[in-house]
Amino acid sequence: MTTSSHLVYLIALPLFSSALLLLLGRIADKWGHLLATLVSASAFAIGVFEFIAMHNRTGAARAVTQKIFSWISVGSFQVNASLLLDQLSICFVLLITGVGTLIHIYSIAYMSHDRDRRRFFAYLNLFIAAMLLLVLGDSYLNLYVGWEGVGLASYLLIGFWNQKPAYATAAKKAFVANRVGDVGLSLAIMISFAQFGSVSFEGVKAGAPHASKAALTAIGLMLLLAAAGKSAQFPLQSWLGDAMAGPTPVSALIHAATMVTAGVYLITRSNFIFDAAPIARLMVVIVGGITLLFGALIGTAKDDIKKALAASTMSQIGYMILAAGLGPVGYAIAIMHLLTHGFFKAGMFLGAGSVMHGMDDEVNMRRFGGIGKFMPITFATFGLGYLAIIGVPPFAGFYSKDKIIEIAFNAGGSKGWILGIATLLGAAITAFYMTRLVVMTFIGSKRWDEKAHPHESPILMWLPMAILAIGSVASGFLFNSGNSLVNWLAPVLNANGVEGGKELLKPAVVSGLALVAVIIGVGIAFAKYRSNVPAEAPENVTVFTKIARRDLMQDAFNEAVLMRPGQALTEGLVKTDHYFIDGIVRLVGSIFLGSSKGLRRIQNGYVRSYALIMVIGALALITTIWVVTL
Amino acid sequence: MDISNYLYLSAILFTIGAVGVVVRRNAIVVFMCVELMLNAANLAFVTFARINGNLDGQVASFFTMVVAACEVVVGLAIIVTMYRSRRSASVDDASLLKR
Repeated sequence: MTTSSHLVYLIALPLFSSALLLLLGRIADKWGHLLATLVSASAFAIGVFEFIAMHNRTGAARAVTQKIFSWISVGSFQVNASLLLDQLSICFVLLITGVGTLIHIYSIAYMSHDRDRRRFFAYLNLFIAAMLLLVLGDSYLNLYVGWEGVGLASYLLIGFWNQKPAYATAAKKAFVANRVGDVGLSLAIMISFAQFGSVSFEGVKAGAPHASKAALTAIGLMLLLAAAGKSAQFPLQSWLGDAMAGPTPVSALIHAATMVTAGVYLITRSNFIFDAAPIARLMVVIVGGITLLFGALIGTAKDDIKKALAASTMSQIGYMILAAGLGPVGYAIAIMHLLTHGFFKAGMFLGAGSVMHGMDDEVNMRRFGGIGKFMPITFATFGLGYLAIIGVPPFAGFYSKDKIIEIAFNAGGSKGWILGIATLLGAAITAFYMTRLVVMTFIGSKRWDEKAHPHESPILMWLPMAILAIGSVASGFLFNSGNSLVNWLAPVLNANGVEGGKELLKPAVVSGLALVAVIIGVGIAFAKYRSNVPAEAPENVTVFTKIARRDLMQDAFNEAVLMRPGQALTEGLVKTDHYFIDGIVRLVGSIFLGSSKGLRRIQNGYVRSYALIMVIGALALITTIWVVTL
Repeated sequence: MDISNYLYLSAILFTIGAVGVVVRRNAIVVFMCVELMLNAANLAFVTFARINGNLDGQVASFFTMVVAACEVVVGLAIIVTMYRSRRSASVDDASLLKR
């Protein structure tokens, strides 16, 4: 372990800038976006500096720590607010600050007409700070602070245009769904404290081999719940589609490249838990498998370009979670797919934003068509991202997704076949809906109003897209050449060494199958959507299409199973409180009120009646004594 | 003559006094009825002293007389003051404490 004194600036700079922009108010309107971008870029510079320094060190010295202050000190329980930058976190730091900076630059132009641009950049900086804290925290508790911070930033940014009630509702929905996951994370922290007396990664890792299986499984499942909430995985996936209410750069940064992948980070970071808890790991695989197909199916039916991309994000994160659930062989692959996905999906979201920018904020793909001619740079960068996501060699997605399909087949036995076929199917559907998206948007006949004048976006917008497109092209090859990323991450992720899985199918065969799946998907979509796309969504469609359009009934399910019973329970409790609990209280009160009303009548102010009462009392007393003594 | 007749007389006097206190409104009459009750008690005391053949009851009756004398002083003073302030000696009018 090496200690460092400037890790904290990674977080402090954006946090300070965010606070400054929010506190200064309108004074900072003129230069707020520049400051925010500069801060983000300097965080990236620190990240690069740290990466080079780390690269030059070897072995255990590569990880860097910094203790900022002692946070909780109760008896033997010590939690420091300290940061840990190791081979895993540096990947995230570079992704967050790198993609983050590009999106800051993009937003300068994209948000230039918005009168609240300064506030937008303040929130973006807040997000960067929280996300960096999430990946740099050296304990689950520190991670939790960042975890909540990104949730807050996500809420603020989804609801950035909260003057529209639907957008404010979408923000609230994301917040509530995330909160369910957060409960999972806090429970995991509590269990690990009860079990290990420590919440730091190191302490839990040291305690994990001696802990009971049940506790480890419980922690694993709770961590999975947390990951499902943050990463929009089944069954907490429903918020991501609505989160597209936020400005497009937000969708690109938070809901595609970084925050939604925090669940993958959590699982890979907790590899020591999942390595020792096979049941939890199996659940991770199941959740990932379900979500990758779930998201892909939603993607096929969406006409809203951003929602189609959101469904795709859900599906791709499903791939990552699946890979992370496959154990030591999968962790590094999950991270690799996460990084390549960060490039191509952010690039495509920015591309979608560029199209919206040119088309007066239209998002319905049925009103696009043939835009490629008018926006050549957007088309080119989007196209490269598209080739990357469907997994055409040698683009980035090919390397990472191919590896996932490969290790899915190698999971062994019937599990291997099920997962392998699921991932292949997912690849085919991905190819289908992404082709549908590209064809409907950029190719074919134009279906937009005469009023719209599609035009290429300014350089501040296309430059980030171009850089991300380069990443979509090259990153997979770079990560894969000489197994560089896997080897780089090995000390953190595969401490116990990778057990050699038996190969169900040869890698070349898997690649071949994946390519065939992709070609089938592309072919069908191209044949179906190349021409004759109706400008209105057709109504006479099969019941499956209708269900897919309604997000596979996820909202209807949540409403029927969770919301209605929850409301009924609440109403029941209110009634119980009102009629039963309050009834008892009121009854006690009225008993005393009534009896005192009766007693008050005795006090009538007439001396003679008092005297009479005295006489009656005395007579009663005498009679009693007389009766008793008789 | 049977000595218990004195006790019956005492009881009758006490009852007359008690009924007077309860039913009459004039403070002077109420006051006189209270005196009647005290004297009924005195009569009972001396009767019991006679029955038991000792002086205890007679001593107690002296105490009662002293108390009654004091009570007359204070009570009449109150009644006179009350009459002066409100031109009435009705006990029903003196119900200020209730309000």
